[in-house]
Amino acid sequence: MAAPAGSAPALPEIAQVPWRPVADQRYLDRNARLWRLWTIAYSAPFVLIGIGLLAVTWLTFPVALAAFAQAWIIPELYAFRGASVLRRKGARHDRTEPVAQGLLGDLLGHAERDLQRETGLALQRSALGIWLMGEAGAVLMPPGGARVHCFCVRATDPELPPSDRIAHLLLALRTDEQGFATVANHAFCGAPWRVRRRLPAPMKPALDEARRRARLL
Amino acid sequence: MSRLIRMDASGHSTLAEWSAADQAAFDAAVREFRDQLDEGYIGVLDHGDGQATQVRELPRDAELVIMRRPIAGG
Repeated sequence: MAAPAGSAPALPEIAQVPWRPVADQRYLDRNARLWRLWTIAYSAPFVLIGIGLLAVTWLTFPVALAAFAQAWIIPELYAFRGASVLRRKGARHDRTEPVAQGLLGDLLGHAERDLQRETGLALQRSALGIWLMGEAGAVLMPPGGARVHCFCVRATDPELPPSDRIAHLLLALRTDEQGFATVANHAFCGAPWRVRRRLPAPMKPALDEARRRARLL
Repeated sequence: MSRLIRMDASGHSTLAEWSAADQAAFDAAVREFRDQLDEGYIGVLDHGDGQATQVRELPRDAELVIMRRPIAGG
């Protein structure tokens, strides 16, 4: 479709973060590799310490257990941070939310609208993969669905009802996907199951559907 | 009938409506659109196919133009 007169190709909010590299496929792949290395770097030492302590004597079992727990808990905390980008945030604005919900529904296709009403998350296919948009964050599942990138990003008006917050993010994403990912703060990258464990139960079907569609890309 | 709406605390507000044949209504919509830009809103034209365009001038033939606030990393 031809761009209308007076249109702009890039997200204007990029001007807020001129120091950031454009979040294209290469950037995301590099980030995924760094997160994998980082996860190993902060987990492996605790595992080695635990094994080493047990190798010395079984009497160190409680300390070794604590080391193993650290190796488990720290990645879990990172995954919790990733899942938190999709959690509900802010006032619910029950009086105005139905109006905002109507507009958001108009922006979505039938299946995506039903999914959003069930889970609170809006699904959008785009060039980088499948996105799930929450009220104050978004998750990107690249083709294959093996990893998930979590982003903190929000509308700047705190008075907006929840569906309007999602619609803000959705329209920004549709305007300029790479610009959207550049403006957003990258919060986590890892296996989808790590994020899914920490998601509120009503949101899990949306992540499952995103993964299913990402596998088909 | 084309509409200019703004996402705000009320859910959304209709700021202007116009038709291609009604120049006066379109001129009023253009003035409203520019006022919103001056207040920091961003005009978006959603194409309905997963694509949207930021607009700095009100397209006469658009069915719906949505004004949104800027987003920021959380």
